[in-house]
Amino acid sequence: MLELRGVSAGYGAFQALFDVSLKVDAGEAVAVIGPNGAGKTTLLRVISKLVGSTAGEILMEGRRLNDVEPHRVIELGIAHAPENRRLFPRLTVEENLRMGAFVPAARARFGERLESVYALFPRLKERRSQLAGTMSGGEQQMCAIARGLMSQPKLLLLDEPSAGLAPVIVQRIFEVVHRIRDEGYTVLIVEQNVQQVLKVVDRAYLLEVGRIKASGRAAELAASADIRRAYVGL
Amino acid sequence: MRRAAPWIAVAALAAVPLLGIGKYPLHLLIMILLWSFVYTSWSLMGRFGLVSFGHGAFMGIGAYVVTMLWNHYGLTPWLGIPLGIALAVAVAVLIGYPCFRFRITGHYFALVTLALTEVARLVIVALRDQTGGSLGVTPKTALAGGESFSLYALQFADKAAFFYIALVCWLGALWVWRRVDRSMARYAMEAISQEEDAAASVGVNVTRTKLAITVLSAAMTALGGALYGQYQLYVNPDTVSGIGISLQIVFAVIAGGMYVQLGPTVGAVFTLLLAEGLRIAVGHDVHGLDTFIYGALLVIFIIYMPNGILGRILERWGRRGAAARAAAPAGSPG
Amino acid sequence: MEIFDVFLLEAVLNGLLFGGVLALLALGLNLVFGVIDVVWICYAELMMIGMYTVYFLYTVYKLPLIVAFAAGILVVSVCGVLLHVLVIRPVLNTEPINQLLVTGGVLFFLQAAATLAFGVQFRNLGLSLPSLELGEIFLPYSRIYAALTALVAMVVLYLFLKKTYLGTAIRAISQDRQIMPLMGVSPGRIYVITSAIGGGLAGLGACLLVLQYDVHPAIGLTFGPITFLICVLGGLGNMVGGFVAAFIFAQFISVGGFLLHIEWGYVMAFVFFIVMMFIRPQGLLGGKQ
Repeated sequence: MLELRGVSAGYGAFQALFDVSLKVDAGEAVAVIGPNGAGKTTLLRVISKLVGSTAGEILMEGRRLNDVEPHRVIELGIAHAPENRRLFPRLTVEENLRMGAFVPAARARFGERLESVYALFPRLKERRSQLAGTMSGGEQQMCAIARGLMSQPKLLLLDEPSAGLAPVIVQRIFEVVHRIRDEGYTVLIVEQNVQQVLKVVDRAYLLEVGRIKASGRAAELAASADIRRAYVGL
Repeated sequence: MRRAAPWIAVAALAAVPLLGIGKYPLHLLIMILLWSFVYTSWSLMGRFGLVSFGHGAFMGIGAYVVTMLWNHYGLTPWLGIPLGIALAVAVAVLIGYPCFRFRITGHYFALVTLALTEVARLVIVALRDQTGGSLGVTPKTALAGGESFSLYALQFADKAAFFYIALVCWLGALWVWRRVDRSMARYAMEAISQEEDAAASVGVNVTRTKLAITVLSAAMTALGGALYGQYQLYVNPDTVSGIGISLQIVFAVIAGGMYVQLGPTVGAVFTLLLAEGLRIAVGHDVHGLDTFIYGALLVIFIIYMPNGILGRILERWGRRGAAARAAAPAGSPG
Repeated sequence: MEIFDVFLLEAVLNGLLFGGVLALLALGLNLVFGVIDVVWICYAELMMIGMYTVYFLYTVYKLPLIVAFAAGILVVSVCGVLLHVLVIRPVLNTEPINQLLVTGGVLFFLQAAATLAFGVQFRNLGLSLPSLELGEIFLPYSRIYAALTALVAMVVLYLFLKKTYLGTAIRAISQDRQIMPLMGVSPGRIYVITSAIGGGLAGLGACLLVLQYDVHPAIGLTFGPITFLICVLGGLGNMVGGFVAAFIFAQFISVGGFLLHIEWGYVMAFVFFIVMMFIRPQGLLGGKQ
């Protein structure tokens, strides 16, 4: 479904990704792991076009994303829950979810989507009228993921959902990811918490200093020495 | 030789009235010098991000306090000016202290100063019995008996005297600018303008530093206002206070270059020559034509030349001469 | 003593109505300044354009008043968009002070353009609307209309911002501009739409102002600063706050002007603003940023 071929990208003079190639097939859950500063967030931003790529191709269901404008990416079925949650702090939970369903296709089915998302996140339903900025970190993360799901995306990009959260909450987050997976969503998740994420995905890539250093099935990577190095390197 | 160049220029300037260049050009030069003085004073704050739209208030205070004390009580401007400056400083502290203490910055600060300048203008108009209101007021002349000057009244029939006063003030402003630029206050202010909390955490007394710069700027501007009144022998709330003047100051400094020592001066030259040039070209005073062009130019300048004319020129020179001057000591102005 | 009280009451009531006018003016600015955080120092000059438009269409071209009003609103709305695209957009990613400076330039430019084009004369619509008589108190109908329009406009705007997708997006963009594309929203488009609405509201304000005041090139200086101060005083982006602040200001001006000279009324209002900024910098109803 999603394919990156030889993608390079950066910020001005600073290059963050070098010749990255990966793919995600429909129905899969794929992780990109690696140490701090590896370029994981940049990778997701390149896919959702928040950052432009300087080389290579990004293909979604065979369609080139390179020339697509950033705000049209979601129409192609890619939703991105950015790092640090990035909720709209002074909008309520439900208003945030509404923003997630801004595109016409989702807007038409807003009621239905809302019910479906609240079923996954009952806590959010309780807090539907609360200002998003006043919630706890864990709840905000749930809301951010929920917002991404509102457009019923073909591919959900999750950027470090466990960042800055207590272990108990992290556990909950990954349970949610697992459930999302079970509902049939395709997920590309970027994470520093290697141990947890490899339990919920099918495959993973190891990104170090902007390059893919390894890839394979989750179970294999979990056992490999490379990963232990990356893990310890955290 | 480079060190001597500024001094030669100053000497040449000082010699100008002796060349017999005629009243009108001399008048223009005096205006340029006076306004450069005011603009440079403003830029002491502006260059550090404290963009004030309230300097019209300080000019107005300077001009009116001196004129009122002279007209109503016969108090010599030699005392009137310090009093005017004192009042301006008091106002600056009154407004500045809470602003800085409560971290009111950026365009919120600009709006508070805007309110201030309007208050000043409105008060001047409201006190119409004393100040003459919107019609303005003229300092009573001390030269009625045909004297050529009165030191007591600080009035001079001969423009040359004012030229030297303006020249000295202008040079003084440049000197102050240089001193501030070289002082610890400069580094403190730059740190503040970039990241206040960080600056505070390394011990920079944010409030005190900002206040010091503001007081200095206000005092000098008040002096400029007072001298302007003494020279023009006419003050009017709209020419020395209010939002119009405040915007004019800001525009001139932006046009000339806010971060460079001579930038405000270039701005004064530019705006005054523009106004005069238009008057000559069009043949008479077309109401608003100069403002029309100012406005368009301000827009263009902010978008394309945020460092002003002088800033842009210096940038070009900097790039070309960078290699050659790589080993030069950091002694150049601005 | 009786008569004194009645005139004071009239001042208070007129102040309330004036507050309605100011509230309407502040509405558009609150949207642009408060919600999408763009500074239009020349907002009042845009209103001036609206006023001139209505004036010329009505008095010179003899179009019906309602048509002139509609045209006025449309013209200023377009001006709002042009302002954003030509002047604001190039500096949107630099320090906010640049917006203030660049629209300051537009302020000069528009004032001067009006002077060159129309001269400095004060122009009046020539309409003389009656006043509502309550005993010895006279309340001009023009002011009543303005206050009512402001109320309606505020409610409509509130509902728009709260209940519609577009309105929510406009509120969202001031909170996090960068991720808007992830929602499928083009930030540029939102800015343009908001500028159009802000301009339209300024145009609406112009229509009501031109009923009560003469238009001349410097009219922006009368209403500009005060509109800004109202927005900030009420808490930027807070429509209700703007309303409240407008009424407070209007009371200072009206009653202060009644007790002393009119300028003192304004002085008191401005001093009140300065003091309030120190006490509560986020504005009367402003939330923590």
